[in-house]
Amino acid sequence: MPEQINKLIHAFSALADLGAEIAESRNFDEMVRATLHVALGALGLRRGAVAEYEQAAAALRFVALWGMGEAELAAVSFDGGRAELLGAGGGHVLACGESGAQSALQQRLGAELTAALTAWRVSLVVPLVVHGELVGLLALGGKATEEEFTVEECEVVRTMARHIGVGIHNHRLLRELEARAAENQQLYDILRSIYRDTVRAFAAAIDCKDKYTQGHSERVGKYSEIIARELGWSDDQIEGVAVGGYLHDVGKLVVERDIINAPYRIDAKQSSELNRHPAAGYEILAPIRHPDADIPLMAKYHHERIDGRGYPEGLTGDEIPLAAKVVALADSFDAMTTDRTYRRRKEFPEVVADLRQNTGKQFAPEVVIAFCRALLKELDGDTKERRISRMLGKGYLDSAQVRPLLIELIAELEAATHATARSV
Amino acid sequence: MGEAHAGTPVRSERMGDVAVIYAGDYLNKLSGERVERVCRERLQAGCRALVVDFQETNMVNSIGVSILLGVIDAAERAGARLVFAGVSGQAAQLFELLGLTRHITLAPDRPQALALLAEFTTGASAAKHGS
Repeated sequence: MPEQINKLIHAFSALADLGAEIAESRNFDEMVRATLHVALGALGLRRGAVAEYEQAAAALRFVALWGMGEAELAAVSFDGGRAELLGAGGGHVLACGESGAQSALQQRLGAELTAALTAWRVSLVVPLVVHGELVGLLALGGKATEEEFTVEECEVVRTMARHIGVGIHNHRLLRELEARAAENQQLYDILRSIYRDTVRAFAAAIDCKDKYTQGHSERVGKYSEIIARELGWSDDQIEGVAVGGYLHDVGKLVVERDIINAPYRIDAKQSSELNRHPAAGYEILAPIRHPDADIPLMAKYHHERIDGRGYPEGLTGDEIPLAAKVVALADSFDAMTTDRTYRRRKEFPEVVADLRQNTGKQFAPEVVIAFCRALLKELDGDTKERRISRMLGKGYLDSAQVRPLLIELIAELEAATHATARSV
Repeated sequence: MGEAHAGTPVRSERMGDVAVIYAGDYLNKLSGERVERVCRERLQAGCRALVVDFQETNMVNSIGVSILLGVIDAAERAGARLVFAGVSGQAAQLFELLGLTRHITLAPDRPQALALLAEFTTGASAAKHGS
């Protein structure tokens, strides 16, 4: 009797091991191998196998084999009808090797599988069943004591088979979930790409209205992206501000083409009409559910100035969203560095002078510093691409002339920023 | 219960045809797989007998038992002798209960296991010369 109790204690402890292996193993094959070991070790068995039933392939795939000599992992075809019958029958232990058992086994498992199990000298076969569905098979044999299986041992095997079945089922659910998540991610990526293409198409449509600003929206999007990256923003934030840059002038779609394309300085009335475009852009963009909710605000506030002299609302300092400040600088920089109907573009030293003069009034210092740093990195060859230089065109930037100007401006603005921070 | 770390090597030594493998304090999946690997490597390297030393072993779990049964299989296939030395307490009871002791020789400790194997070798050699 004490022997029986010790066996039960060992089996009970093995069940605890089984739970831990199922819960802790991340890899499916490793989990199955470990659970087979637990079952074998619980009863002192020298041979065993665990197969997973793959409904789509109508096959039992042997995931783990132990003590089968040179046998290799393989799959055995197993049709859905047999699987249904085994599932409906629950996880009853099927005996092998006994006289009369062979034909019954063959009837349930088919000739191919029965032949394999017989060759492996398996004594017990247990279908792994979860919610009435076959998920796999556990085959055991070769008791080290060389005795027959007792009724109690068969019950232990049955209990373990239930655990292993649940383990397989759970891992399968996890795999399905991961596959669905990957599929969803793929769909999401496609949608994002469609969204980006649509935004680009819109930007092109906006720029079509103004023959002198061809490519302006796209460049503002790209400058905004470069500044945001230099500011250390997340990928989603960078994409958001880039889209804001592409669409910042969408409100111009409602402004008369003659005003936009006027080959002279427009009068006050026309100017007032043109100045409607940020608010109009907001009206157009606000009903759309963008991945970045601030995009309509970037369009609305890209003509605000931090000294409060901008429009449409005359916001000051921190009242203006940082992303709108980024788009504002990108917009102004592109305006300064491209030819317009009534003037030629500025040379780069003049642009630097403008930035110096207007930082703290029109532009946010941290945004100007970030832009200068990004350009400096590009000139120093610290970036993969020379995106700013490419947008400005060949020959526009003279590195020997530009570098000291940028370094000087950055130093000045940083010093001013630190001084302001100290006085606050 | 000091579970062996993933990188901890299994101590083993070779004395002529005999390899001694130390099972450590807790024989579980991690340590068991390493013990099994060393046993197989020693057999492949031509050892004719293995001594698995359980002197420091406090506990063997179900996976450890299964892996030891695999070692028994490997030794049988290689025609090598297998001696478990210094098995005591819970492990001894378990090996007896599950039938492992039917397939191996037990020795109280490593020196006696080696002496036993030496006798066997001498006996086998004498029998060979006598025939």
